[in-house]
Order: sequence, then structure tokens, then C-alpha cells
Amino acid sequence: MTLADDTVPRFRPGVKFRFDPVRETWVVLAPERLFLPDEQAVEILKLIDGTRNLGAIADDLAARFSAPRDVIIADVAVMLGDLAEKGAIAL
Amino acid sequence: MTGFEPPMGLIVELTHRCPLQCPYCSNPLALERAGEELTTAEWLGVFDEAAKIGVLQLHFTGGEPTARRDLPELVRHAADSGLYTNIITSGVQLDDRLMAALMGAGIDHIQLSFQDVDPDNADRIAGYRGAHARKLAAAARIRAAGLPLTVNFVVHRQNIANVPRMIALAEGLGAARTEIAQVQYYGWGFKNRAALLPSRAELDATTAVVEAARLRLKGQMVIDYVIPDYYARRPKSCMGGWARRFINISPAGKAMPCHAAETLPGFVFPSVRETSLAEIWQRDPAFLRFRGTDWMPEPCQSCDRREIDWGGCRCQAFALTGDAARTDPACDLAPDHAVMAAAVAERGEAPPDFVYRRFGANDAQAPISETVP
Repeated sequence: MTLADDTVPRFRPGVKFRFDPVRETWVVLAPERLFLPDEQAVEILKLIDGTRNLGAIADDLAARFSAPRDVIIADVAVMLGDLAEKGAIAL
Repeated sequence: MTGFEPPMGLIVELTHRCPLQCPYCSNPLALERAGEELTTAEWLGVFDEAAKIGVLQLHFTGGEPTARRDLPELVRHAADSGLYTNIITSGVQLDDRLMAALMGAGIDHIQLSFQDVDPDNADRIAGYRGAHARKLAAAARIRAAGLPLTVNFVVHRQNIANVPRMIALAEGLGAARTEIAQVQYYGWGFKNRAALLPSRAELDATTAVVEAARLRLKGQMVIDYVIPDYYARRPKSCMGGWARRFINISPAGKAMPCHAAETLPGFVFPSVRETSLAEIWQRDPAFLRFRGTDWMPEPCQSCDRREIDWGGCRCQAFALTGDAARTDPACDLAPDHAVMAAAVAERGEAPPDFVYRRFGANDAQAPISETVP
């Protein structure tokens, strides 16, 4: 999936991203769906606030995880594209 | 966190009362009556326990969950406990007042069921005149409130030709998610199987329609598609495996790994009135009976799909073979697979009359009428 840097990802209505204290893990709760994102996905999802665009998300991750920005942006696009297809994210 | 991994979802059948009489209802043939239902306080206690042991999503169903006047109070308590709240409803009682109360209580999602797109046929299947029009109004209320909408169409030989129009209706209603769910043949559905089971040709045409719509609507509307087990090659992963993900609680408080489990002989299911959910999930013999893979016969035991489909459905194995511990006959590797083709052969040219879901309809005596308050 190709996404522009200025795409602003959002959680779709009815979708909640929260920490589950029992499993000690982050979960995405959606209408009759439930996702357990891996560590990398959690770092991306934590940056989704309805205002940050893809470019800003990639900048933040590149600064913290010392990986090339273009690699990060490709990973982010794949992960968000997958969750968009499953109905959890709007792009 | 100790012991077996916690359940993801709690399915609560708040009541078996329902104004509709759908002949494929997932409730047991022996419906529980209003006087046996858990009280408000008892349900609230169950939700507290559920949140504590790690349940993430709470599905309110029935019967018709809105037949419980305390539904908003139950939703509020569940939402306050951090549970994701979902209501599965026919929508015929979802008026402005109830919608506002549910929004105030913090409801996350509503799934609305439809019987067809043709109003007359829909009302005939539901056994309730005017049901379809009320459902359309309910869908508009859900969207106007800003909630995501899932529409569920239960598909069978008496409406399967309308699947393209069902998808179009879901789009028109602004649904984020649609279920094109073929009838599952348990309980009332099993009793009405000949009246409901579509032909292979009808199923194949429908599958093609759904696949095309999925491509077209990618990223806009998710379509979940469930086929009848009678035409499957591999069994469904029923409930994600016995007692692996869900606890289902009946109106009277009986805890079971699925809503149809009561059909299995030799089980005594625990009551939440007497036993904690934690104890039930970790130690109850009924929950342990088919959990995991140790119980499996061949060909499941050595199958590389044993942790994908978990041997299929125990209730179906029992209904079709008389033994709940056999491989689900839906699997074409199952020794009993031929019973599926035999059932298809029995469906006949024209569907027989429905046996509608009613209190007492399964008794030998005349039906007893029961009103919904």
C-alpha cells in the first residue's frame, strides 16, 4: 500500500486501543474483533491521535529507534494498511 | 496471571424472551423463562468478575437483550469496568429513549440483525409483522448516534437469492461491517434444517457475490462471510476452540463454553450463582473436557490443523454422530463426513413449513404463550 506522508491515520469509531493489566499487553478492541499488536505495532499505534500524520509518526520513530526513515515509513504503511483492511483504522 | 490464559469474551444471554420467532434461533429448544433470569445485581457481580479475570469484550445477547429493562444499567457497569460493550439485537424495541440511554451508558457497538431485504419475507421469517421497518429505523438511530453499525443477515434457502441486495442495503445504511452468515444448524436451525439449507449451486453463486463485494468495498466495509458446514471441506474453529476464548452465560446463570453446549449429554454446567468465573474457567470439568488437543481422536490428533480448527464443533459432532468426542463431520477427513451429503440430499425440492421459535413450541403439548414486558 502506498500512503502519502500527510495521511492522518485514525482509529475508526468503536475502536479502542488500551493497555490490558491482566495480560500486561496492549490490545485493540473493535466491533466483534480483537487484535493483539506486537511491540513494533504498539509503538506506532501509540502515536495515532487523529492529528499526527504519517510523516510525523515516521520522524518520531526514526528518532527513537535509529532506523532509516524510509524503512520505517514502509513498515508503518504495511501495518496500518493491514489494520485498515480489518476495519480498525481509517486512512 | 496463572493457569490457563484468560478468556477474551463473555457472551451474556440476558434473557430468552424475544418478540421475534426466527426458526433458526441459536437459543436452546428448551428456553429459560423470565422467572429464572439472573437479577440486575447478580449480572453486575458477574461483570466485575469477568473484568478481573481478563475478559476484554462483553456481548449482550438473548433472546432479545433489550427485553431487559435494566440493559442501560448493565451496559454502564460493564463499560465502567473497562469492558468493551457490544449489543446483539433485533432492534425492534430500539426507540429514541433506549438509544439515548445506551449512549449515556457508554455502549461501544451495536450489531443489528436482519431477516431479509424484502419486508414481507423478512417479517414472515421473523414471525413479526412490521419488524423490518422497525429495524431500518433502528439502523438510522444507531448511525445518527455516531456508533459504528454492524448489520447481520442470516442467510438460508428462503432468502439467499437476495444476498446482492443485502450488501447494497448494508452500504446504504452506512454499516462499517456486514455479516453474511449462513444459518448454523443447531437447536432451532437443526430442527428446521430442510426448510433452511441452500443448495450447493445457490451457495457457490453467493460466495462469488460476496468475494466481488469484498474487493469493491475494501477499506470501507468489512464483510464477514460464514458458509454452512454442510458444504465445507474443513470444520470451522468453533468458538475459537472449546473453552479457549469465550464463556457463554445463560439467562439463569449457567456458564458454558458455547451457547449450544447444553445439547450435549452427560454435562453438568456450573452456575455463576454458585461458582466464581475464575474457578469455572480454570477448573470446571465441563470446561476442561474438550479444551486443547488431548481429547482428540484421529484423524484430528495427528492433523496439522488441530490447533487451527480445534477439531471443529462438539455440538455438531454430537448432533450428527451421537458422540460429542468424534471429529466434526464437516471435515472431509472425518469418518462420518458422509452424513453431510446425506443431509443435503434430504432437503427436498420445496422447503417444508417452519417450526417457529416459541416458548413451548418444542413441547408435545400445545404452545404456551408468553408475553414480553
